[in-house]
Amino acid sequence: MTDHEYDVVIVGAGGAGMRAALEASQGAQTAVLTKLYPTRSHTGAAQGGMGAALANVEDDNAEWHTFDTVKGGDYLVDQDAAEIMCKEAVDAVLDLEKMGLPFNRTTAGTIDQRRFGGHTRNHGEAAVRRSCYAADRTGHMILQTLYQQCIKQEVDFFNEFYVLDLILTEDPQAAKDGDEVSVSGVIAYELATGEVHTFRAKSVVFATGGAGKVYKTTSNAHTLTGDGMALALRRGIPLEDMEFFQFHPTGLAGLGILLSEAARGEGAILRNSTGERFMERYAPTIKDLAPRDMVARAMANEVREGRGCGPNKDYVLLDLTHLEPAHIDAKLPDITEFARTYLGVEPYTEPVPVFPTAHYAMGGIPTNVRGEVLRNNTDVIKGLYAAGECACVSVHGANRLGTNSLLDINVFGKRAGIAAAEYASSATLPAIQDDADSAVSAQVAALRSTVGSGDGTERVSDVRRELQEIMDRNVQVFRTDESLTEAHDIVAGLKERFTNVAIHDRGQRFNTDLLEAIELGFLLDLSEVVIAGALARKESRGGHYREDFPDRDDDTFMVHTMAYATSDGVRLDYKPVTITKYQPMERKY
Amino acid sequence: MTATAEAPAEVGAVETFDVTLRIKRINPEGNEAHAPDEEYWEEFTVNVLATDRVLDALHQIKWNIDGTLNFRRSCAHGVCGSDAMRINAKNRLACATLLKDLNPSRPITVEPIAGLPVLKDLIVDMEPFFASYREIMPFLITSGPTPERERLQSPEDRAKFDDTTKCILCAACTTACPVFWTDGQYFGPQAIVGAHRFIFDSRDEGQWERLEILNDKAGVWKCRTAFNCTEACPRGIEVTQAISDVKKALTSGEI
Repeated sequence: MTDHEYDVVIVGAGGAGMRAALEASQGAQTAVLTKLYPTRSHTGAAQGGMGAALANVEDDNAEWHTFDTVKGGDYLVDQDAAEIMCKEAVDAVLDLEKMGLPFNRTTAGTIDQRRFGGHTRNHGEAAVRRSCYAADRTGHMILQTLYQQCIKQEVDFFNEFYVLDLILTEDPQAAKDGDEVSVSGVIAYELATGEVHTFRAKSVVFATGGAGKVYKTTSNAHTLTGDGMALALRRGIPLEDMEFFQFHPTGLAGLGILLSEAARGEGAILRNSTGERFMERYAPTIKDLAPRDMVARAMANEVREGRGCGPNKDYVLLDLTHLEPAHIDAKLPDITEFARTYLGVEPYTEPVPVFPTAHYAMGGIPTNVRGEVLRNNTDVIKGLYAAGECACVSVHGANRLGTNSLLDINVFGKRAGIAAAEYASSATLPAIQDDADSAVSAQVAALRSTVGSGDGTERVSDVRRELQEIMDRNVQVFRTDESLTEAHDIVAGLKERFTNVAIHDRGQRFNTDLLEAIELGFLLDLSEVVIAGALARKESRGGHYREDFPDRDDDTFMVHTMAYATSDGVRLDYKPVTITKYQPMERKY
Repeated sequence: MTATAEAPAEVGAVETFDVTLRIKRINPEGNEAHAPDEEYWEEFTVNVLATDRVLDALHQIKWNIDGTLNFRRSCAHGVCGSDAMRINAKNRLACATLLKDLNPSRPITVEPIAGLPVLKDLIVDMEPFFASYREIMPFLITSGPTPERERLQSPEDRAKFDDTTKCILCAACTTACPVFWTDGQYFGPQAIVGAHRFIFDSRDEGQWERLEILNDKAGVWKCRTAFNCTEACPRGIEVTQAISDVKKALTSGEI
């Protein structure tokens, strides 16, 4: 075991983690731990843009952006947090430009902006150009730019270090309301050597990204296994609103690879098997640029009612054929290349087969607007922060608007980095027990001991495949009590089988076989929480649609779900939504 | 539309075929059959879909046949740069290379990218590669007070370095370069691409400092214009052109 001591330890080197690092490392000794290399993080896969009311190309303001965010989130958004995000959005974009981010430009030389789903002028009048972008690789540019700044600032990275445990001073569930619970550090597994490291830290920032791999069809990377969320859950921290998962309308059919909403922002149209522009029926005002939950449901409904395309009638078509090839090349080069590479479709002349793909967790580790992690509805854990997709502030509510995630990571990554360094400047380095790594070391040893011993009979890949299949089948766009109950039972069975898995590789060096098993454990725990929240939420709101309860029920469910892991399974509690200005209204576009 | 284009989500309707992967392996710890650090080739045959990529076949092997096989991967659609490898003697991303495009009737060879120390199977030590990137100061350098709003840049000026902003640091170019293989000091094409992205950015004021670094004996003059890098780039960057732009700036003193 190797020990390290830092003021601030940041877990994850995507947009949120590196944005936090740029702040924290200015005054505090900071380490960034990532299970990949920083430039491999999934922020780099984000395409369409970053929302901010710069008003460079048409009239816009932060209040309109806030309203759209709240309405887009089906009123489950904490409005104080959304106000902060939309107000700080302008500086967040300008900060990135000053760091060197190569945004697309207007003829006047300012940052260009384009339309995106759910972003409107004056509370829904018409679509507005709010997305600041760099072709269809905005996330790539953000990730590169932040990494470049980290190089400039000589940030300490620990690459290919998997954080596998979070050390707190007390069990947050055993502590009474108002008691002080604080962070002591994290335990990490070094991929190259198999060594277990203890990082003692005054502040810890979780920026570990999403958990899309609970589903089979997903736009998410193989490595997005919800590690940070699951570790927090296991250490007694609740997870908020996990039943709200976003299905992005335009995944490449059968593959789930993302085609940006920017395609529709630039004029592409969704069509069913009759060639009909079906979104006109579902969202008469902004049609194909309705929020993602509505478009994804509309697509699934077209397929369900027999108007799907292809031999199995199981997808719809994204039509770009009326756009100029030069325009496509300038604004959407990457995604059109995906269509060519993976489906052999030429988007200039052929419509592209698409179907919803699991894309984004609206829920996550609950935080306040400073990024401090909550251990119940009111108390924070001192020194522990979370930002980005793994966190739930909640600015996305029941459905995130496109371009608001690249915004979220920059605004709240920065806030968490500042707060973590500030806290570290006055805190003393916490004590940490010599055997703090014992849980991780024992877990690693137990899995290694299964190699060739005949102890385990289950294969990681089988359990994972079955999990992802049932989540796709029963916990996707449409949900019912029946589908969720079945999923609950199946996942319980898979968890049982997981206790009996065996791996193949007993090596110390680069044992990804071992880590895939550990990651599967995270996915199982998180799936259980998603299902529990979805079963209890007997209403339809944003990304959570219950066919047996098709209406939104503000009287009962205008609350955040807070899910706790207990020895008897998931326990659910609820937390009020912060409303400042916008009373819930019917959501029409 | 091709048959592949209409590939539905359910397995069964898509065409399937058997493919053999011939993989170059090395295990620093050794195993029952091979000594530590011994290089050897191993063949695996798997049944794949017409839409499957090399990465899907590697996953099938790892998940169903041999869990000790090691390779890096993450996004699985060609944007994170984790899985550059040498496939049928050409550097490519395993997740962006369809098996059906590789003449799958013959075994497909898969090796680690060349010129960097191999750590285990297809995993190489990336640190020398990233060290070269860091050396060219890959960040915007400006002087004077920070403006309140964005720095202005015309679409034409923005276009001058668009190509080199696409780089995902996968190392396919650098490890395809014959000079890089034999000359331990050469930065390699990626570092020049990384420098180009800033040298030709109208907002940047560090261009001459960077050009001075590239003018060094380990720098841009080592390039022998073999075009391997351009051919290897999975993002379609005209790497040789970028290198030539840099050479031109050095000889003319103009950007």
